[in-house]
Amino acid sequence: MTRVLETAAHPRALRRVAIEPLTRVEGHGKVTILLDEQHRVHQARLHIVEFRGFEKFIQGRPYWEVPVLVQRLCGICPVSHHLAAGKAIDMLVGARTLTPSAEKLRRLLHLGQMLQSHALHFFHLASPDLLFGFESEPERRNIVGVIDAYPELALQGVRLRKFGQEVIRHIAGKRIHGTACVPGGMNKALAVADRDALRRETPQIIRWSQDAVRLCRDLLEASPHAPIFGVFPSNFLSLIRTDGALDFYDGGLRARDARGALIFDHVDYSHYNRYLREEVKSWSYMKFPYIISLGDEDGWYRVGPLARMNNCDVLDTVFAEHERQLFRQAANGGMQHATLTYHWARLIEMLHAAEGIERLLDDPDILGTDLVTTGERALEGVGVIEAPRGTLFHHYRVDENDVVVRANLIVSTTNNNQAMNEAVRSVAASYLDGQRLTEGLLNHIEVAVRAFDPCLSCATHALGRMPLQVELVDAGGTVIHRMVKGADGTFGDG
Amino acid sequence: MAARVVLFGYGNPSRGDDALGPALLACTMVWLAEHPEVDVRIVEDFQLQVEHALDLAEADLALFVDADATAPSPFQLRRAMPARDGSYTTHELTPESVLYAARKVSGGEPPPAWVLGVRGEQFELGDPLSDRAKAHLDAAWEELRVLLADPRAAAWDARCVVHQRNFPA
Repeated sequence: MTRVLETAAHPRALRRVAIEPLTRVEGHGKVTILLDEQHRVHQARLHIVEFRGFEKFIQGRPYWEVPVLVQRLCGICPVSHHLAAGKAIDMLVGARTLTPSAEKLRRLLHLGQMLQSHALHFFHLASPDLLFGFESEPERRNIVGVIDAYPELALQGVRLRKFGQEVIRHIAGKRIHGTACVPGGMNKALAVADRDALRRETPQIIRWSQDAVRLCRDLLEASPHAPIFGVFPSNFLSLIRTDGALDFYDGGLRARDARGALIFDHVDYSHYNRYLREEVKSWSYMKFPYIISLGDEDGWYRVGPLARMNNCDVLDTVFAEHERQLFRQAANGGMQHATLTYHWARLIEMLHAAEGIERLLDDPDILGTDLVTTGERALEGVGVIEAPRGTLFHHYRVDENDVVVRANLIVSTTNNNQAMNEAVRSVAASYLDGQRLTEGLLNHIEVAVRAFDPCLSCATHALGRMPLQVELVDAGGTVIHRMVKGADGTFGDG
Repeated sequence: MAARVVLFGYGNPSRGDDALGPALLACTMVWLAEHPEVDVRIVEDFQLQVEHALDLAEADLALFVDADATAPSPFQLRRAMPARDGSYTTHELTPESVLYAARKVSGGEPPPAWVLGVRGEQFELGDPLSDRAKAHLDAAWEELRVLLADPRAAAWDARCVVHQRNFPA
């Protein structure tokens, strides 16, 4: 197991490879790999500059502002934060059960977000590696290269994402800064014309999503990397519906171990902190959540599409369920552990979202106007959803003046923190020997991290693109080799 | 018939000077209410993405307004040409990559495009616009008004020349 590589007995005597930051991953990531005297990977760590100031940003605000405010936390998945916060605020106003129309509108909004996010990740960030190969020339291995080589496919990706954005816009009023969720429900009904405009497109969206799942499956089946790349056992965590079906919006917490045995099931997520704890490590800004009953050493887990596909018993849409069965059959009915199967699972979810959108648009409740409910006020609220990248926790406490006095957020990327380290260790141990740094070798690590689709920067884009810097440092601290990837994608010795 | 302008403004309003793009859009919307003869379609987002290539359709001119940590003060006005660059490797694209994607997905040439990059310096979550950014915003809004009042490619190119003379990099 790669776990042994995390902590070296004498790290000062090891060579060090630093990769900073990761491309096609938001934010400032850095990978440090310590090599032993024989140039073998001995220790590997993924350093992430953690989101800072979330709690400070939210504390002191009246609770009803929170669902709108938290959209500013992340430019990639503002709708996910909006919905998780909305669910937490529902608890504060005692709205344990929303009206059917309000809940279905929220689910529709969520599926729009899921579809656009998954389409972006596959077509824009992941497909270049799968279509052209990890070690193909970097100037080709990107979305523009996909557009050049597969214009029809690229256009489908763009249109799938655009459709997801349109779902969001029709419900929230705008693609960003929308105000769909209000305490206890939703703030406006879906217009008939908007419903009809979206519904006209769903047959094509479903067909394209089916094509994308097949393409991804074919690429993985043809890839010599897929069965062996970044394979490591882990626990899995996700929300699950009462009947065991996948549910992105609501449900109880389910955790399985690496062999598929249940660790806990249908846990009320408002009690999440009785089951999960966050560990602080001296070398990382980002916390490491783990399942308390298993301890910090063995209790880490994966979240996101792979976890959800491994955890659920069924998908309640026809085409996606067929694909899920193929997915499970590929693992002989067991749990999938290969890192690259994240992509396959992600596209099955995209198809599931497309089918779910069509079903909700056909539901008469989606046009309902009874949108808000209330109940007995509370001082604490927890909202949990399955965001595109995995389970997302929002937890707030307010005082008697309705002001937020405590906020705790565990975002999907934090839930996957240890798992991303494991992926890096696994890939580094297999592909890096310390003798030579190449763009292709570095990209193997990036491909592993990218499979999780981590989202780290949280919506500040104006700081400029930092170059990718790779350093090989000997035991005495001397840099013996450095590689730099410039903002234009070209590599060279630094 | 008036030229059809698509105006992209992007940035996070809650991250200090990253709010410069959205702030310019807010100014524009007020101004447009008094200038109905000007045909401007506004697109606001946190960051540019590949689907924005589709927003370029049916526009005669495109303008991208954004905070820029590397631009000379108070702002930089420049022409943007379709180009492949490193931005396609992240969750956000440059204007040049959006234009390139538009060319590829539509099969035709995107409209001529310019970038108004306003100098920003502080980007922490929860921070307001810095005092310097406010001054840059005022200067950039003055320029943007000039551009929108005369939406012709030749006029906008001429403004680039004027700006480079007044504010050399």
